[in-house]
Amino acid sequence: MAHIDRRTCLALAGSAWCSALLAGRGEGRTLPSPRDAIRARYFPNVALRTHHDRHVRFYDDLIKDKIVIINFMYAECEGVCPGITANLRKVQTLLGDRVGRDIFMYSITLKPAEDTPAALDAYATMHDAGPGWLFLTGDPGDVELLRRKLGFVSPDPRLDADTSQHIGNIRYGNEPRQLWAACPGLASPRWIVESLSWLDRRESL
Amino acid sequence: MKHDARAHARRNAAAANRRALIAARVSRRDLMKMGLLTSAGFLVPKNGLSARASGGNPQSPPTRAFIEPLPIIPVKQPVAALTPAPTIAPNVAAGEGRTRNHQALARFPPAKLYEVHQKAAPLSVSPDLPLQTIWGFDGLCPGPTYIARYGEPILVRNFNELPAENGGFGLNEVTTHLHNAHTPSESDGFPCDFFRAGQFYDQHYPNVLAGFDSTHPPSGDPNEALSTLWYHDHRADFTSQNAYKGLEGFYLVFNDRDTGDETTGFRLPSGEFDVPLMLADKVFDENGVMFFDLFNLDGILGDRFMVNGKLQPFFQVHPRRYRFRVLDGGPSRFYEFFLTDPDAPNTSVPFWQIANDGNLLPRPLQVTSVRLGVAERTDVVIDFSQFAGRSIILENRLEQTDGRGPTGNILPAGQGNALLRFDVVLPPVADQSADPASIVKFYDLPPIEPPRVTRTFRFERNNGQWAVNGRFFDCNEVRFRVQRNTAEKWVLQNNSGGWQHPIHIHFEEFQIGSRNGQPPPGVERSRKDVVRLQFNEEIAIFFRFRDFSGRYPMHCHNTVHEDHAMMMRWEIDDVGDLTTQP
Repeated sequence: MAHIDRRTCLALAGSAWCSALLAGRGEGRTLPSPRDAIRARYFPNVALRTHHDRHVRFYDDLIKDKIVIINFMYAECEGVCPGITANLRKVQTLLGDRVGRDIFMYSITLKPAEDTPAALDAYATMHDAGPGWLFLTGDPGDVELLRRKLGFVSPDPRLDADTSQHIGNIRYGNEPRQLWAACPGLASPRWIVESLSWLDRRESL
Repeated sequence: MKHDARAHARRNAAAANRRALIAARVSRRDLMKMGLLTSAGFLVPKNGLSARASGGNPQSPPTRAFIEPLPIIPVKQPVAALTPAPTIAPNVAAGEGRTRNHQALARFPPAKLYEVHQKAAPLSVSPDLPLQTIWGFDGLCPGPTYIARYGEPILVRNFNELPAENGGFGLNEVTTHLHNAHTPSESDGFPCDFFRAGQFYDQHYPNVLAGFDSTHPPSGDPNEALSTLWYHDHRADFTSQNAYKGLEGFYLVFNDRDTGDETTGFRLPSGEFDVPLMLADKVFDENGVMFFDLFNLDGILGDRFMVNGKLQPFFQVHPRRYRFRVLDGGPSRFYEFFLTDPDAPNTSVPFWQIANDGNLLPRPLQVTSVRLGVAERTDVVIDFSQFAGRSIILENRLEQTDGRGPTGNILPAGQGNALLRFDVVLPPVADQSADPASIVKFYDLPPIEPPRVTRTFRFERNNGQWAVNGRFFDCNEVRFRVQRNTAEKWVLQNNSGGWQHPIHIHFEEFQIGSRNGQPPPGVERSRKDVVRLQFNEEIAIFFRFRDFSGRYPMHCHNTVHEDHAMMMRWEIDDVGDLTTQP
């Protein structure tokens, strides 16, 4: 394939692979670390606002070096959200003072135009959310980007457009260890805490 | 129709790509070499193989097909002794991660001992891609093949030497399921029986026929003989990551009929003519590194196809009969494979299906294709004598564009996914195997006994949460109890609207009574351990649960669904319950 020139290669395969191919399959290049690759692919460092009206960056302030639980909701949701929020309140109780210390909980609104920091603050108060559990809003485009990057999307466009049918799973992960998984938001709080504990073991080797 | 719309979009994308390529003056030969054009001229779309609806996934770099030979998987060799010696109770002091006693070690003392080491290792999947770091049994992908015999119990000491540094996905805690042996629960590889790095776990495989302690004492029902099994990691919530990373292998069982010698018994092709084929679809990122979409809820589709750890290999064969044991190794794709003659793609090439899910059928059936869901196996006999000097392609022609399931469209020959090319270039050799057309019987189907209880299971998706009967998997929750040595009828319902699920039940094979009220087709009149629960289907299956007791799961074997709670724990004990919708 040595006679394939850069223009042809670009038409076929896109720039990254062409650069690699034309540079002799990329030997000698430095690959991004798996942690950096995950960050670049899934965690856009968008600006968000918390229910305390604090400005935060998604990766820098919320994800980096932390164990996290992430879900999507909106304040007026009458379907799956109240049950999941009540569930997460029990999870927070079970986790105790670790929430806010090394474990963080994030509930991101699907309706950022309606869910202002004040609206989310009222929601957090109503559900008795404790410190270390943030309700987040932001620019609608940024929130939609996060929703897609984090995989809270139905493959059926009709279902995906119906916010009442939104994905009710929760993501949980340990960012520095590159461990990411998910479980139903309506799973039992004890089971959610047990699942989270798997990411938090001391390494035994 | 949404399927039509998707197909239309894909064709448009392909056409746009084709125009771009013409503008770039790329020759057909270049395209073929880069794997972008199939033998029949179909241009692989640059997009349209995304692993999930949210997009953003990489597309694999171009790779060439049929460059390297099919890897032949090494056979696992026993060791003379294990130190310390295996014990009935877990040897926690020595670092064993088992939590329950062996229930049958004294009755079936191991005739052979093995030790296997799960570890990270490099793997070359293609000359067009860099070395991959996989996790494998003995560092191999697929892992070594165990050759077992009925009446010859074995014990495998399974060491977890996986690193904490996971390269981006995978958890170094494991539980190895032997799919689907008649195995005591504590050796089954239950998803919650995982053990940690630095620990080992003794798994006792009695290699005994079902019924040995119940309906057919003392040695079991010969009609329950299993042939092609496989083993894989089953770690709760991390099965898709760990198995995708390479923790999969074959386990074959022989007996006095399926002997492993083509001059005796059923006279099936044996030795070098009996070849396991593990299918696995993968994605590689822009740097050529194996990619796993961590935030996928639906199912992961690859745009590159590996057989026995190589991308689209070739296999040089003699002009004679071969037995192939084909496994859909997942994580999510459904296949329907055909044999395509590149010189005559419109001519269907018949072959013989002899087993379903590794269990020999009542007799061989001649077919032109076989459909497989994840974890399903089929054993086939292909006679290459008619193709001497030519090549035949093993081709997947089932269209699937996302994790929901196949569209149902069968693509024209030459326009599907070429998996493996058979080159019939080796010299003629003796073939003492039986012509499948002459085989009138392998095994009788065991009788279906009146069920003690009928249980119904709805496989659902509620706000994206995978559920069975509205509930989610929890290691600690026993959903129902089967009374040991009784028969049951289970009804599996798919109400999830636009999704298909390959449902797997551990422990004992079942028979399909009906699909939507209709008797199953011939190849499904068999003993099975996975059933494809297709769009809007209701399937009745019949079981017996004999001899052993303890915990087992039922789950969707789309490993992404399984990891997101489409699973349940049930148990066999001496009392049982009569819950009808557990």
